[in-house]
Amino acid sequence: MSDTTAGGVASADVPMVLAEQVTKSFGSHEVLKGITLEVKRGEVMCLVGPSGSGKSTFLRCINHLEVLSAGRLSVDGELIGYRESNGKLYEMAPKEAAKQRRDIGMVFQRFNLFPHMTALQNVMEAPLRVKGLPKAQVESTARELLARVGLADRADYYPAHLSGGQQQRVAIARALAMEPKLMLFDEPTSALDPELVGEVLDVMKGLAKEGMTMIVVTHEMGFAREVADSLVFMDAGVVVESGLPSEVLANPRHARTQAFLSKVL
Amino acid sequence: MSATNVNGAAAGSTPPLREAASTSEPIKAIRLRHPWRVVFAVLLVAIFAIFVIDAAFRPAYDWPSVGKYLFDRRISMAALVTLELTVFSMVIAIILGVILAVMRLSPNPVVKAVAWFYLWIFRGTPVYVQLTIWGLISLIYTSIDIGLPFMTPWVSFSTNAALNTFTLAVIGLALNEAAYMAEIVRAGLLAVDKGQEEASVALGMSWSQTMTRVILPQSMRVIIPPTGNEVISMLKTTSLVTAVPFSLELFTRSRDISAETFNPIPLLIVASIWYLFFTSILMVGQYFLEKRFSRGVGDRQADKPEPGAGTGAITGVMPVVGAGQPTVIVPPKQNNPGTPGDGGAR
Repeated sequence: MSDTTAGGVASADVPMVLAEQVTKSFGSHEVLKGITLEVKRGEVMCLVGPSGSGKSTFLRCINHLEVLSAGRLSVDGELIGYRESNGKLYEMAPKEAAKQRRDIGMVFQRFNLFPHMTALQNVMEAPLRVKGLPKAQVESTARELLARVGLADRADYYPAHLSGGQQQRVAIARALAMEPKLMLFDEPTSALDPELVGEVLDVMKGLAKEGMTMIVVTHEMGFAREVADSLVFMDAGVVVESGLPSEVLANPRHARTQAFLSKVL
Repeated sequence: MSATNVNGAAAGSTPPLREAASTSEPIKAIRLRHPWRVVFAVLLVAIFAIFVIDAAFRPAYDWPSVGKYLFDRRISMAALVTLELTVFSMVIAIILGVILAVMRLSPNPVVKAVAWFYLWIFRGTPVYVQLTIWGLISLIYTSIDIGLPFMTPWVSFSTNAALNTFTLAVIGLALNEAAYMAEIVRAGLLAVDKGQEEASVALGMSWSQTMTRVILPQSMRVIIPPTGNEVISMLKTTSLVTAVPFSLELFTRSRDISAETFNPIPLLIVASIWYLFFTSILMVGQYFLEKRFSRGVGDRQADKPEPGAGTGAITGVMPVVGAGQPTVIVPPKQNNPGTPGDGGAR
C-alpha cells in the first residue's frame, strides 16, 4: 500500500495525472473550460473554489464517471476512457474502463457506503468481486485497513449504525482495499458535523504521509496548508491560480482568489 | 415548555433539566366529543344487522347448500389448484419481471428495446384475450420444432401433447404479470440512490455486478409491498383461466357444479369465501413482510440524521445473504430493530 509506485516503477517521471485542456459541457452549459494541470507521483493536490466552479466535475472526469467533451486526460501515462492507436481515439469498452477505475480510488462527499453490507463487507466487496481474490486473504486485508482507519471494532456494524465520520473512514478503507495508485476525494468532510471532520482529515494526513498520490476537493484550508503539496484555485470552470498552498493562501495574486479566501479563511 | 414552571422551584437556581420534566403532571382536559361519529356508527351497524338478518332467512342464498359445498372435495381441490396457479405464475412473473426491469435500465439500446416491446405487447392487451390466444396456440403452432428454419427439424413434437391447459394457464398468467412486475421492479431500482451506482462503478465493478450486488438488494424494500399486492391480485385473476379453457380452478369449478344443480348463488358464495380466506392470509403475510422491510429505514444514527441521507434515500439494512438472488421474497434476518420515523440520536 505504501509503495504507490507499484506498477509504474519504470515510468517514475510520468506524471500521475496529466490534464490537457479538459473541457466538459452539460448540454449548452460549459462546466470545465479547458483545465490543464499535472499531478506528480506522491503529490497531494488540493482543489479549492466556490461551488459550481467545476472542481467536482473535474475530479469525476479523472475516473471517467463523467466523459470529457474535449481535451485529454491521462492517469499514469494511460489515456482515460479512450485507447489511442495510429493517431485515432477509440472509445473504451465498459470492461476496460472498469479496469482503469480499479486503480483509482474515490471517496464521495456523502460516503455512498453500501447500506445493506457491514463495514467489513463494504471493504471486502470490490477485492472479492472485481479482483476475485481468495476470501480469507481479502478479509484479513480488510480488517487491517479498518484497523488503519481506527475502526477495527466496528467491522460488523452496518453503515446506519456508524457516525458520519466513521462512515467516511470506512469509505476510505473501501477505496484503499483496491490498492489504488491515485486517490480522489470529493469534499470528503463537507457532509460531516464539525466535530467529526478531524478524524477523517487525520486518516487522510496519514495517507499523504505514506506517499499516496491524492487529489482533494475541499474547503478545509487548514488541511490544504498543512498537507497539500500544491493548491489549485478554480472558478467558473477555469484554473485561476495555483502554486504552493502557503503562497496561494498567504498572498493570492488574483482578485477572485482573494475574494474567495477572504470568505473562507 | 409547559414543564418549566412546574419544576423550576425544585431546580433552584440551576436551569431546569429535561429529566425533571417527567415530574410534570399530564394534562387533564375534557376531551373533544364527536357525537356524529357515534350516530353514524350506530346507524351503519343497524343497517348491516338488518341486511344480515334478512340474508339469513332469504331462501335464494340457500345457506344449507353453502355449508354443504364449502368443504366439498371438488371445491377444496379446486381451491388448491387456484393456489397452485397463483404460486407458479407469480414465481415465473417475478423472475421474468426482474430480468425485464434490469433490461429496461440497461445501457444497451437493443436490450432496452426488447424489454420495451415485451411490455408494450403484454400490458397493451387484456389478460383475458391473452389467455384465449394461449388456449388456441396449438391451432396456430401445431407442433414445436427444434432445428434450423426451412429445414427438417431435429426434434418435433405436438403442441397439444407438450402443453396441457394448466401449463398454458400458468404461461398466460405469468407472461402477462411479468410486464407489471417489471414496472414494479424498475421503480424499486430507480429508488436506489444514484450515489450507490457511482460508488460501485468507481470501485471497478461491472454493470451487472453493480446491479446484482448493490442496486437490486437495496431495491427489495420498495419492491416487496406492491409485489404482495400483485400476489393477491393474481389469486383473483386465476378465475379468468376459464378462457384457456382450464376448468379445474375455484371459480370455473363452482360454476360447473352449479350448472348441474341449477343453483348458482350458494356456489358463488362458497367460491367467494375461499377467495376471501386466501386473500386474508396473504394480507396478513404482506403486513409482516412490509413491516420487516421498512425496518432500518431512518434508523438510529449516532451522528446527526442528515449523513444517513448521504448513504442514499434508502438506509434500509439488509444482509448480503441472498443478495445476488433477485427472486428472494423471504425477508432476510435483520439485526437492527427500529421503525421508520424513530430516527435521530437516542
